[in-house]
Amino acid sequence: MAGLGFACLLLALAVCAYGIAASLYGVRSGRVEYSESGRRSVYALAGVLTVAMIVLEIAFLGNDFAFNTVADTSSRTTPALYRAAAVWSSQEGSLLLWAWLLSLWSSLALFLTRRRLRDVAAYATAILLGFGGFFVGLMVFYANPFATTHPVPPEGVGLDPLLRFPTMIIHPPMLYSGYTLCIIPLAFGMGALLARRVDADWIKAIRRFAFAAWLFLGAGILLGALWSYSELGWGGYWGWDAVENASLMPWLTGTAFLHSLMIQEKRGMLKVWNVSLALATGTLAIMGTFLVRSGILDSIHAFGGHTLGVPFVFLIGTLIGGSIYLVVSRRDMLRSEHRLDSWLSRESIFLANNVVLVGLCFVIFWGTYFPLISEAVTGQEASVGPPWFDRYTVPLALILVLLSGVGPVIAWRRATLANARRNFVVPIVCALLVLLALEIAGVTQKPLAITMFCLAGFVFGSVGQEFFRGTRARRAMAGEAAPLALLALVRRNRRRYGGYIVHIGIAVLFVAVAASSSFQHASQLGLSPGQSTRVGAYSVRYVKPTATLTPKYDEAHTGSTLSLGALLDVSEHGRHVATLNPSEGFYASQEASQGTVGSLIGGQPVSHVAMNGSLARNVWVAIEPDIETPALKRIVTVGNSTLPPEDALVGIAYLARAYLQHPPQAQFNFLVSPLVFWIWIGGLISFGGGLIALWPAPSVVRRRVAARSRARALRGLARA
Amino acid sequence: MAFLIAILTLVLIGLVVLVVGAPLRRARRLADASLAVDDGHDVSDGAASGASVAADERRHDELEAAREAKYREIRDAELDFRTGKLSRDDYDAIDAELRAEAIEILDQIERSASEDGPEGPERALRPS
Repeated sequence: MAGLGFACLLLALAVCAYGIAASLYGVRSGRVEYSESGRRSVYALAGVLTVAMIVLEIAFLGNDFAFNTVADTSSRTTPALYRAAAVWSSQEGSLLLWAWLLSLWSSLALFLTRRRLRDVAAYATAILLGFGGFFVGLMVFYANPFATTHPVPPEGVGLDPLLRFPTMIIHPPMLYSGYTLCIIPLAFGMGALLARRVDADWIKAIRRFAFAAWLFLGAGILLGALWSYSELGWGGYWGWDAVENASLMPWLTGTAFLHSLMIQEKRGMLKVWNVSLALATGTLAIMGTFLVRSGILDSIHAFGGHTLGVPFVFLIGTLIGGSIYLVVSRRDMLRSEHRLDSWLSRESIFLANNVVLVGLCFVIFWGTYFPLISEAVTGQEASVGPPWFDRYTVPLALILVLLSGVGPVIAWRRATLANARRNFVVPIVCALLVLLALEIAGVTQKPLAITMFCLAGFVFGSVGQEFFRGTRARRAMAGEAAPLALLALVRRNRRRYGGYIVHIGIAVLFVAVAASSSFQHASQLGLSPGQSTRVGAYSVRYVKPTATLTPKYDEAHTGSTLSLGALLDVSEHGRHVATLNPSEGFYASQEASQGTVGSLIGGQPVSHVAMNGSLARNVWVAIEPDIETPALKRIVTVGNSTLPPEDALVGIAYLARAYLQHPPQAQFNFLVSPLVFWIWIGGLISFGGGLIALWPAPSVVRRRVAARSRARALRGLARA
Repeated sequence: MAFLIAILTLVLIGLVVLVVGAPLRRARRLADASLAVDDGHDVSDGAASGASVAADERRHDELEAAREAKYREIRDAELDFRTGKLSRDDYDAIDAELRAEAIEILDQIERSASEDGPEGPERALRPS
């Protein structure tokens, strides 16, 4: 089957080459059939890569260790669901996933534009196939997912234990969908510049894809944060890691693009800015992909040092150079059709929001690439940590939340000061009520966090007022009951009210980030059974140690040989709250030098975090058991010298029993984080709002609305 | 197994050629049929006429996009007014301005459609 997979890659490369040539020839010569053939090449690419993906999935699910990627990242003991997801845990498999998703999204975009924008779409086809060809080329020449080995190993290494977590099954496809969807606005933006058609039509064609990119990228980022918090032993959800930052940057410029494209649609303004944002977002998505694969910056998410750096640098250089050339050479036709009517208008708030978002992106870009920049300038690699990022991003985030509350209550084109004053009363009262509530609750420390809470109150007030007034207006017009009027309002103005819901979700998310980071209680200490400690309002007692021997299968699918943990009793003011059981899994290693017993637990230990909490507060515990005591080490040494491989597990059983009988002091990491789960609830609210905004109105409704709008416009003609 | 893989690969190549080549085959058939009707027809006229159709389509698409955007702007201004973000005077001025712009676009669509042929105007004014 490996042969079929590789044949698919070669065929995909040929399809890309043909499709690029056909599209370009078609659009340059006016021969529509060639452009059409080029578009169909994208469909064919999607079909061929789907076959390749199926071949690789079959290899993983069938434990075909002749495939190098299967042997390196899967094993018979890896549960089936994780085996299916292990495809994208390797460099090679993730490249295939990237190319496959790109081909699917590109096919959808080109199918939906098949009767419009023929010239722009033809150039976009060539560009999308160029990206497809690049990634397929990487697989053919550098990282072949269908490479095989002989003799076939009897067992695989297994999936990295850190990746055996449900959200990690869908995190990469979400993130990669976001990245690949970012390429579609880039391709159409470049196509519009090449075809010299820079009106709002190309924006209209890709608006939903830009929104989908934003949605998927955001969901991928939040799933990654959930994995980090729930699985990694450090207790954080965001560490300003290079790869995390790389995914955040295109999301920020994508957010800016989603706002500013409305101005071009309505007013024919910001053409240079919009096309630049589309190109920058796509380029940042490629840079993010490059960071994960090149190994040039340290990250727990990266695939490590690899040979893919040079082709990526070439691609990024071409993208940046090409983008600058196209924008500069087409600057005459990118002039705005109108000027800003008033500084007190939604357009100007959107502009301010764009400046803040791009500013945030620049700060993160600088901090992320600082090690490379400093090495290039001084010859020494230096890096910046979370405090540096916080210093600049926190004030910008505060301004962003403020603007997300101001935007909804300001009219398009121009608002009067009197109207603005009236519209700001409710939001400001909401913000002051939040401040008062915090004062009464005794929350007077951490001014930045308090400012964030008040600004979130401002956003809730402003968006709530918008829903209330909109519903009231709808009721006055249609005489409907309030719930029906609200539904009709949202259904008829999906973009506007879906967007408002997104604002609410983002405000919730920022409140959760501010609360969980500013008011967190943390404690790191060693405890022996029977000992207690206090963390915030909670008392935690180490009741007894636990040990689980998991030779082949374990309930949690951790795959560890041995799991050592602790039973902890958590109480608040003498009242029992929860019993927690954090543990650490010890995994087998491939190092024969560790001995028959030692190699069974010699791999990278992985923490299994225990949590308990409500929506208000979350208690989080990780344990680091000490198995390096002389008594435990002696058991391993004796086992190594006396036990044959088939009985090595007996040695581990002895070790577990000794640990339970004479447990050494274990290191614990305790955290009590207020509101932390609201980060993901905020994400879900935003996701829901995004779906509402993205969902197309039924064609009947669209036709009815268009007919009504036309009738309104013509009434003006009759009066004129 | 190797034989099966070879067969599958060939089938895949055949399918790709079928899908990708379909527009070229269709164009060839149309060209043959057109040649059969008019033997003395200059083939280059076809490309020129294709380019002209593409230009018309392009103009039509642009106008339709402008019309949709203008309709949306009219609706947004009305909603801004009804939710208290615009004063009556501002709304009246903006609404009149927007409607005038919409009528200008509709006129352009009508003109462009009447240049296209008898069925053009109806098609152009039909809300998409």
